[in-house]
Amino acid sequence: MTLPERNTNLTKRVTRLGVVIFPGSNCDKDALDAIGRICGQDIKPIWHRDTNLDDMDAVILPGGFSYGDYLRAGAIARFAPVVEKLIAFADRGGLVIGICNGFQVLTETKLLPGALMRNEGLRFICREVFLRVERTDTPFTRNLQSGQVIKFPIAHNEGNFYLPSDELKKLEKNQQVLFRYCDAEGNVTPKANPNGSLNNIAGIVNIKGNVLGMMPHPERRCDPLLGEPDGVGIFESVIDSIR
Amino acid sequence: MTIHNPLRPATVEEAKAQAMNEEEFQRVAEILGRIPNVTELAIFASMWSEHASYKNSILELKTLPRSGGRLLVDAGEENAGMVDIGDGLAVVFKIESHNHPSAVEPFQGAATGVGGILRDVFTMGARPLVALNSLHFGNLDDPHNRFLLDGVVRGIAHYGNCFGVPTAAGEVIFDPAYTGNPLVNAMAVGILKVDKLMRARAEGIGNPVFYIGSRTGRDGMHGATFASEELSEDNEAKRPAVQVGDPFAEKLLLEATLELADTGAVVAIQDMGAAGLTCSSSEMAAAGGVGMDINLDLVPLREDEMEPWEIMLSESQERMLLVAKKGQEHKILEVLEKWELEAARIGEVTDSGRLRIYQKGFEVADVPAWDLALGGGAPQYKREYKRPVELDELEAFDPLSLPEPDDPGQSLLTLLASPDIASKEWIYEQYDQSVRTNTALEPGFGDAAVIRVEGTNKGLAVKTDGNARYVSLNPRRGAMLAVAESARNVACTGARPVAVTNCLNFGHPYKPEIYYFFHEAVAGMGEACRALDTPVTGGNVSFYNETHGQAVLPTPVIGMLGVMDDVSKNVGSFFTQSGDDVYLLGEILDYGLGGSSYLKVFHNKTAGKIPLVNFDNERRLIDLLVGLVEGGLINSAHDVSDGGLAVTLAECCISNKRTKSGVVIDYPIERSLKEHLFSESPGRVVVSVNRKDIDLFVKRAENHGVPYKKIGITGGDRYIWKGMFNLPIEKLADAYYNAISRLMNRE
Repeated sequence: MTLPERNTNLTKRVTRLGVVIFPGSNCDKDALDAIGRICGQDIKPIWHRDTNLDDMDAVILPGGFSYGDYLRAGAIARFAPVVEKLIAFADRGGLVIGICNGFQVLTETKLLPGALMRNEGLRFICREVFLRVERTDTPFTRNLQSGQVIKFPIAHNEGNFYLPSDELKKLEKNQQVLFRYCDAEGNVTPKANPNGSLNNIAGIVNIKGNVLGMMPHPERRCDPLLGEPDGVGIFESVIDSIR
Repeated sequence: MTIHNPLRPATVEEAKAQAMNEEEFQRVAEILGRIPNVTELAIFASMWSEHASYKNSILELKTLPRSGGRLLVDAGEENAGMVDIGDGLAVVFKIESHNHPSAVEPFQGAATGVGGILRDVFTMGARPLVALNSLHFGNLDDPHNRFLLDGVVRGIAHYGNCFGVPTAAGEVIFDPAYTGNPLVNAMAVGILKVDKLMRARAEGIGNPVFYIGSRTGRDGMHGATFASEELSEDNEAKRPAVQVGDPFAEKLLLEATLELADTGAVVAIQDMGAAGLTCSSSEMAAAGGVGMDINLDLVPLREDEMEPWEIMLSESQERMLLVAKKGQEHKILEVLEKWELEAARIGEVTDSGRLRIYQKGFEVADVPAWDLALGGGAPQYKREYKRPVELDELEAFDPLSLPEPDDPGQSLLTLLASPDIASKEWIYEQYDQSVRTNTALEPGFGDAAVIRVEGTNKGLAVKTDGNARYVSLNPRRGAMLAVAESARNVACTGARPVAVTNCLNFGHPYKPEIYYFFHEAVAGMGEACRALDTPVTGGNVSFYNETHGQAVLPTPVIGMLGVMDDVSKNVGSFFTQSGDDVYLLGEILDYGLGGSSYLKVFHNKTAGKIPLVNFDNERRLIDLLVGLVEGGLINSAHDVSDGGLAVTLAECCISNKRTKSGVVIDYPIERSLKEHLFSESPGRVVVSVNRKDIDLFVKRAENHGVPYKKIGITGGDRYIWKGMFNLPIEKLADAYYNAISRLMNRE
């Protein structure tokens, strides 16, 4: 039995990537596998008690239920030793990607604006959704096409993005929205919105453009076994940005 | 119940209150050579309860094929069955019921059912790869049944999603017989390196015994005995017998346990499930032929002043009992410290053969471990059974005496929207199906879920199948049909069926007419599993599924495991492209509609003769399917089952919601219209074949001696059956996908 091979079409680059593991993280292995095995990069786990991010170029906060999501999703992880360092890392311009629970943690730390409330239907939803790519001039989307429609699964109970209306206007004006829920043709419609998020928002960046939060799971669409590998485009963008 | 003196001799009345009869009480006294004290009685009553001892089922279960083939441990030897899949890897899997807790408190009942079965798997050192469930409820027009379904689904989702295991297959069935007593059977499948197996056998005199995980409280008191009685009006009062789950604690326990397996410092480990500390300590001691001394003063408690029997019987969740190698305790403690889990050294292994329990300087119990345990001195009863006379009358009913359907297209739409057949999307969308990035075939897309074995190209196909309606008419044939269908289901994805776990849900075992179904179903299952070379690795029996003296349908559930060498070749049940030829593999040997969905939906009847499985044909069909998928010669495969061929073809059109495909069927009637469209006669599979592969496909089918018949061509956006109906697939999809949510959302 041979292990699935690394993607040899990608030349090996020296990048320094890490995935934070909180107690209760459960998509950490998925991100490590997608970026390590599929995208062929060196990537290492970062234990939540570790506080040294000095040798990192990009850090991923994975999905899951950090600290059981007790109190509120992401609310306790915000106080983990590694998160304090992560804030400084982001301030220095380091790239940060929060996926699902990671996005929730980033809003709790205020690295990203807004809050992720319970889904409109008050149920956990796991399904593949279409996303429209809104910007391609970011380190996370540079290898994608503007207006391109990609597909990732969502799997969350609290993904209903909310922001007070004046702040939402600012967010839109600053073009901080990277991904919106849409239909197969790229139309942003209420029907395509799975969780009630304002303006169909699925993923945003901070003003500086180095911190991304998104509810859908790109790491679940990197291996062709699991579906069309649209997730590779996002991780490849990151890798190209820090090369 | 409050007992202030744990040493006070117990009475027969107290035994009866704990579901132990007078003879059993006498037997305990004989074993001890004295009247047991109240603590000892509680220990015996829980270990000799139906739930822990299998006393009324074990003799029947012993007739099942329980070893050989790829099995690495015989059934019942460890917490879950273990199957060799090559390359030093083994699959560990098991199914278990949590029916009574779910009837009383659906959310926590179902959640802790999932937690318990996951623990059974990872306590052996295996990482859970996928979870499944088989659920049975009363009809959804009753608001209480909607409440139960909603709560159970939320509970399964809450636990599995947070724990981080994909919930990717199963079944949900509705029948008035389950009103008040739903069935919630949870299955988990894990993977481990064979040399990392951790056993549940205490060894090494003087080795320390550690308690690991959450603290002990009063939740889940008497859960094992609660599960061993029928439900009654005072169910509400039994809520304290339902445990409360903490999936976050379980996730930490999982990671810690797998790291413990790497330390080499673990002698034995077992989770604390039913009957908690009592069961784990006595079973581990009995399995190793040793004794165990335990000091209850050292057990981490979350409530004050717990009585010894309360600590011994608590079913607080997310706890393990571990025997460490003396001198290597620090390795255990390091791992637990990393995962911030509590651990306490509460006792040690002795050569006494006895379970001795101490509290506040007193010996509060001293009982022989072997006499407590299943497979040891726990009672085993042969029960009487008697064939119910009404079965003859039911079997005599001839469905062909009923009129033909006026509008076959409308009949098809009605069947697609009937709750047993309709898509369970509303349910499985609440489960995380793709966490851990191994789910190659997600729910709804195929006849079984297909999961990659991490770090390899191998895949597992898993499915649960029960068919209680058939079993209620003819338990022997019905159980055979369930095994055959589950094997066919995994073979449709391209996997070879290799082993079975089962969950046997029945009524009161002391009623001979109930026990008849149990006895016959086990016999049929044994015959089927022998014929298909899929031994039974273990499972669970749940008796006493009754309310107001009325039993649920006899419901044996099969959990089938299949293995494929190259996971990337798996196929789904849906047509993938237009222009493919549609073939029907297999043939009808036993036409008919006895026990069918058609009869139930249109005539509200469960009656008639049910079909007989031909295992020679089934084996040939399975071999053919596995070869066809391996060779890339078919684009889809779907078993003909509930609703018959007409429903099966509709599902092929719409079971990929994104890429729906029409089909034109040209397959004239051979007998009656209703049989032709809706017979559930087994051993048939619909496949779609790329035109260029037809010659090879036909040759393979002929070589395997499997009948094949071209019945149509894929394409277009309508499901057309010449001479029968012509329906837009969007209309089929609407009926199929929205039925459950419409039923759940009505007021």
